[in-house]
Amino acid sequence: MLAQQLVNGVLLGATYALFALGFTLMFGVLRVINLTYGFYFSAGAFLSLYLTRQLGLGIWAALPLAAIGAGAIAVGIDWLLLTRLRRRATAELDSLMVTLGGVLALYSGMTAWLGPDIRRLPPGLVSADAFVVAGLRITTAQLLILGATILLVGLLLALMRGTRLGLAIRALAEKPDAAGLMGINTARASALVSFISGCLGGAGGVLIGLNFNAIHPYMGETMMLRGFVVIIVGGMGDIRGALIAGVALGVIEVLTAGYISSGLKEAVAFAILVAVLWTRPQGLFGRAVARRA
Amino acid sequence: MMRRTLAIALLAALPALGAHHAQAQPVQVGAIEILSGPNAAYGVAIKGGLELALDEINAKGILGGRKIQLTVEDSAANKDQAINAARKLIGRDKVVAIIGPTLSNEMFAVGPVTNERKIPTLGTSTTASGITDIGPYIFRTSLPESDVIPVTLKAAQARGVKTIALMYANDDAFSKSGFDVMKAAAEKAGLNILTIESFGSKDTDFSAQLTKIKSLKPDAVGVSALVEPVSGVLLQARSLGFGKETLFIGGNGSNSPKLGEIAGPAADGLIVGSPWFIGKKADNNEAFVASYKAKYSKDPDQFAAQAYDAMKIMAAAIDRAGAPDSEKVRDELAKTDFSGVMGPFKFTAGRDPATTAGVVVLIMKGGKFTILE
Repeated sequence: MLAQQLVNGVLLGATYALFALGFTLMFGVLRVINLTYGFYFSAGAFLSLYLTRQLGLGIWAALPLAAIGAGAIAVGIDWLLLTRLRRRATAELDSLMVTLGGVLALYSGMTAWLGPDIRRLPPGLVSADAFVVAGLRITTAQLLILGATILLVGLLLALMRGTRLGLAIRALAEKPDAAGLMGINTARASALVSFISGCLGGAGGVLIGLNFNAIHPYMGETMMLRGFVVIIVGGMGDIRGALIAGVALGVIEVLTAGYISSGLKEAVAFAILVAVLWTRPQGLFGRAVARRA
Repeated sequence: MMRRTLAIALLAALPALGAHHAQAQPVQVGAIEILSGPNAAYGVAIKGGLELALDEINAKGILGGRKIQLTVEDSAANKDQAINAARKLIGRDKVVAIIGPTLSNEMFAVGPVTNERKIPTLGTSTTASGITDIGPYIFRTSLPESDVIPVTLKAAQARGVKTIALMYANDDAFSKSGFDVMKAAAEKAGLNILTIESFGSKDTDFSAQLTKIKSLKPDAVGVSALVEPVSGVLLQARSLGFGKETLFIGGNGSNSPKLGEIAGPAADGLIVGSPWFIGKKADNNEAFVASYKAKYSKDPDQFAAQAYDAMKIMAAAIDRAGAPDSEKVRDELAKTDFSGVMGPFKFTAGRDPATTAGVVVLIMKGGKFTILE
């Protein structure tokens, strides 16, 4: 049973990490507390629902299209809600308020439009059968999440460390004013970060919706709580930290539920959050990779 | 002064008038149901069931040819509005009895008022415990979950179930009370409870709990939660390798066609107890379903069926009472011995349903519920 529980934990943790990737990028680079991130997750899932159910697309077409759609929505909402605030001195607190109000309006608007019902992607989209390796069971959707998480972490690190765009984004994260003086188009770089974050959130929504078969307007809100734990424990803006913290959180939750009590599963996650904030508020893995690398 | 004298004179003349028109005057019965707001679906179904029964009752007439005049008031799921509706029905419409209200918490507000005014009140959809403890004028025809679950467990035991694991959503009152009932019933039935696992009603991952349960190899898994998490549990259970050897047992929350829509084939084999089922093979039930469809162009649900029987139970009690007299109607209601679309029906001394003979156990097959043979 322990081996299967560890597999369960890593797979659950991969969903947390996948969700947190775009979130930590948005936080660490743009340095605004943007609570609308969960909405891009929901939006991506609903876009994939539309693409597969109404237009009959397969998962390989629906996944990138839904991700790009969510990215475009992210750029639009970011521009709408935050452009005015970026010029102010107290941007962090103001952005918390504005994006909290904004995201609640978005969720309830979405619920009014589409209804609160739980939906699922078409059953045959990926095989529901599990692969059995040495008595351990893994489904196709879970493998997709694991693969996508590892691939995206690699791509993001390569982007940040190895490209001029990554250099510009890191400069922006370090000192926005200086970056502007050095000839970086900061507005364009910010929009690009929003777009990438939105794409990551949307892709997470599609894959996690596919795995758990529970797509509803507020699905992003429930994930946001775990997302907070992951990016704070992993370090804001730390992409590798998000991966490690996400997987660790998943494993700890599963082991708590499996061996101590399922009632304590959530309590443990948030106890870790508080403990990390007390002892290492910068995150377990030091400074943000996005800024340091 | 003149006016008052006139009024007294008129009042004095009334009994004579009343006696003269007694044959023609309809018997006043009131109902309080949710007809607006997000829970209106329940009240509208109940109203449909009541009025369908009323058509049949008034075609024959009661008390030697008198008709029943049913006044349905909207409570909008609001306790104050429900109390006002009861006062209006008693004071203005002079009803002999009241059917409803829809929700248990509305009954806890309305019941004390109608009981004090000695108006027999018959709940058709109130399943919380303690409803009939309000007073001697409060009745209900709806089976509480504590009556349904033991029937389901008995069906499971008939299939050889001896050990059970229980799962429930621990942050939702409905799921928790259903779990309490399920646990008590399992203990009483002599089932060996191997483990009790909880989850949040918004959770999507149940892999840790299910892996633990699978390692204990129970004959059955009982789940008390709303239909969405139950669907998630079933889908994940199948991908973790739970097969036909494990019987999944649902509480009231699983008794929803949405289970098949979300979980699809993963839900196949789940059993759940229900006070009524549209496909129940009984002559009166088939006739009821047909005439409900003819009148409203849609399928009746459990709430409509319960209301349909309740209206007939009430009409029969008034008829036996011999006069539209609330006190006599109360006494006759208590003596009810009826057979309706829900099955045979009597009240206990505590004015709750006395028999669970009408409970049907359903099984999921191909995404739809059918009766467990």
